[in-house]
Amino acid sequence: MLSRIAESLFWIGRYLERADDTARLLDVQMQMLVEDPATDEVTSCQQLFAVMGIEDFEGVPNRWSMLDLLAYDQKSPSAIASVIGSMREAARSARETLSTDVWSAINTTWQGVPAATSMRPVEMFNWVRRRTAMISGTADDSMPRDQGWYFYVLGRSIERTDMTARLLSTAASAGASGIAWQNTLRACGGYESFLRTYRGIERDTAAAEYLLLDRWFPRSIVSSLSEAERALTRLDVAGRRAGFSDEGLRLLGRARTEIEYRPLNEILETMPFEMERLQRACAAASDAITARYFAQEDWHSWTGRVSL
Amino acid sequence: MTEAQLFEGYGPVAGYDEMYGESGVRDLYTAVHAAFGKMPPEEVRQRADGLASSYLEQGITFGVAGEERPFPLDIVPRIIEADAWDEVEAGVKQRVKALEAFLADAYGAGELFRDGVVPRETVVTSSHYHRVVAGIDPANGVRIHVSGIDLIRDGNGDFRVLEDNARVPSGVSYVMTNRRAMSSGLPEVFADHRIRPVARYSRQLLSALRAAAPAGVSDPTVVVLTPGVYNSAYFEHTLLARTMGVELVEGRDLVCHGGRVMMRTTDGLAPVHVIYRRIDDDFLDPLSFRADSALGVPGLINAARAGNVTIANAVGNGVADDKLLYTYVPDLIRYYLHEEPILRNVDTWRCGDAEQREEVLDRLDELVLKPVDGSGGKGIVIGPSATGEELDELRAKVIAAPRDWIAQPVISLSTVPTLVEDGIRPRHVDLRPFAVNDGDDVWVLPGGLTRVALPEGELIVNSSRGGGSKDTWVLARPTEPIEEPDDDLDPVTSTQTMAPITAPLRGEA
Repeated sequence: MLSRIAESLFWIGRYLERADDTARLLDVQMQMLVEDPATDEVTSCQQLFAVMGIEDFEGVPNRWSMLDLLAYDQKSPSAIASVIGSMREAARSARETLSTDVWSAINTTWQGVPAATSMRPVEMFNWVRRRTAMISGTADDSMPRDQGWYFYVLGRSIERTDMTARLLSTAASAGASGIAWQNTLRACGGYESFLRTYRGIERDTAAAEYLLLDRWFPRSIVSSLSEAERALTRLDVAGRRAGFSDEGLRLLGRARTEIEYRPLNEILETMPFEMERLQRACAAASDAITARYFAQEDWHSWTGRVSL
Repeated sequence: MTEAQLFEGYGPVAGYDEMYGESGVRDLYTAVHAAFGKMPPEEVRQRADGLASSYLEQGITFGVAGEERPFPLDIVPRIIEADAWDEVEAGVKQRVKALEAFLADAYGAGELFRDGVVPRETVVTSSHYHRVVAGIDPANGVRIHVSGIDLIRDGNGDFRVLEDNARVPSGVSYVMTNRRAMSSGLPEVFADHRIRPVARYSRQLLSALRAAAPAGVSDPTVVVLTPGVYNSAYFEHTLLARTMGVELVEGRDLVCHGGRVMMRTTDGLAPVHVIYRRIDDDFLDPLSFRADSALGVPGLINAARAGNVTIANAVGNGVADDKLLYTYVPDLIRYYLHEEPILRNVDTWRCGDAEQREEVLDRLDELVLKPVDGSGGKGIVIGPSATGEELDELRAKVIAAPRDWIAQPVISLSTVPTLVEDGIRPRHVDLRPFAVNDGDDVWVLPGGLTRVALPEGELIVNSSRGGGSKDTWVLARPTEPIEEPDDDLDPVTSTQTMAPITAPLRGEA
């Protein structure tokens, strides 16, 4: 498949997940600000900006600037509104490979952005989650399981890992507040399944364990990383008996084992650091995938010179 | 608005109306007229809104000044009877064949110059004449794989050729989407007619492109080359690639290597044999044309010259589109095919000719002046509606560069009923039938793109000037079998019924 198209599908996956997860993350944050009087608005918004990689913010960090920066402002690259725009651009340039249904779902979502930016925050988050669920459901039902599909899945899983790591950082930085973990689980749509899994015992460590390590819960770090690894393995058709030729696969595998095989307490003690490391691994894997599958210009000019 | 008002004020119009004749509604339109007459006007509006919103949802758009706009589709179809279509079809085929012969000759032996059919100067001074491709012989002799010959119906209802498009004619995607939209937006009216299907286009195009593969390539890789998402016809490029099942590539996806063209895939470089390009000549290959173009592929022309890749349509076809050459096409038909032209040209004055120029300059205020290498209605001046200042400016331009201008009388384009703010009213239309040449025969898509000028009295029918489109129905003869269902639609082939669900729902006894 064309490298450019593969790249577009990878990014459709990433943007789709990012829009969805940003809505979830903001939902948690807003609920915390409303429900927990102990939360200091400026500090917690500052922390969230740091978690979302916004470093040079000059205004006052509060719920309003947060909503602008991460949800409404189409000029802010981190905002849901502009992420949906980027997803639609990526979809447009891969349009002939997308099914008509997937394209229409993405296109109508994008067309709904102006209306969505005049909704109240909670309404907008719900709208985003419904729309992204619709796109992903349509994709699931109508995309053939070819290379393109695996690039899309790869993009989604890497983004999901990255964003779940950010959600976990946000919850951890809220300190002792039990509400934070509950909200995080709710935001992931995993609160009820968590209660069933742990038979109603609500402990912060249990919640962290669930979101980090549960192999059955599709939004956990370990699940998302495994999914990404599976997709990469499917893409690496040549295969290998030993070792990993694929840098992306090596990076993702190492990140997963570092989480999976370490004692939970150890991770919890240095949670923000661990989560940051995870995000760096995702970024590095994304670069490795880009270098191998998408950006062949350099590789090409190199062979060109040799063959002369 | 009441029912009576929908067609109110629609009666005999100046010029030729395709629905209303001298003695009322023509037979051809009785069913459509009756159907709209029966429908409450609010419902007509609702259905029209439905068409518009489905286009918006699907992103069936075209670009104007960098902005995407849904392509307006009028809810009233345009109908063409089988006999009239026979003439169009034969006329288009004839014209394409003559233009093919002309291009082969102009870039080859040049016999037409020696025989004095067209002055050599007329051809080589055209801005679309590319000496760089002289001597490249196309694989199966075809240069105009796809053409769109613009037609109008004059005051007598006769079809006439307005211009030829042998470079990169666009609009065929709307023919296909319009049909799809109308069959769901106006199903009962649709079902009352026997309409020749249009979905075969993609299959026909793909087979013509495969037939044009370089010698020795038995299973060619065909791609569609697009300038990218910002091109006004990007929607069309995606639709063609999708319905042909081939890759849609941009210049940056391709690379030339040792005289061959390859595309960058996730598994490395893969060879490309036929490129259906939707990029103008000037941007195709920075080594041969505009060095600043980032849209094309360096080395493409050399690969074509080496016979390793076919570029469709061929480079340099623009000379056949030149409006000055247009005036010679009837002569070309006689010269190459030894036939009389089936479709007539519109009367045209060549400003390069001193005598004709004098007449044009005398009558500037009653003629239409067109720049010979313009397209999309650009630069056209309509004498009767121009100001004195505009005419003076035009006069100076014509005198400064007479070869660049032709003049035509103001022709009254036919009108077709169209839904506008006030109801259903006559509006001017033209028609672009599409023809595909696979080397054995020229196939003409039944129908084509009818463009409609939405503002009242507007004569330039162009999408970039607020034009819309109509689904164009070419009727089949009563005995004629309608072709197999459209590829694009899901054919219901099975009569098998589904097994009933026998398992009880939980909670039921």
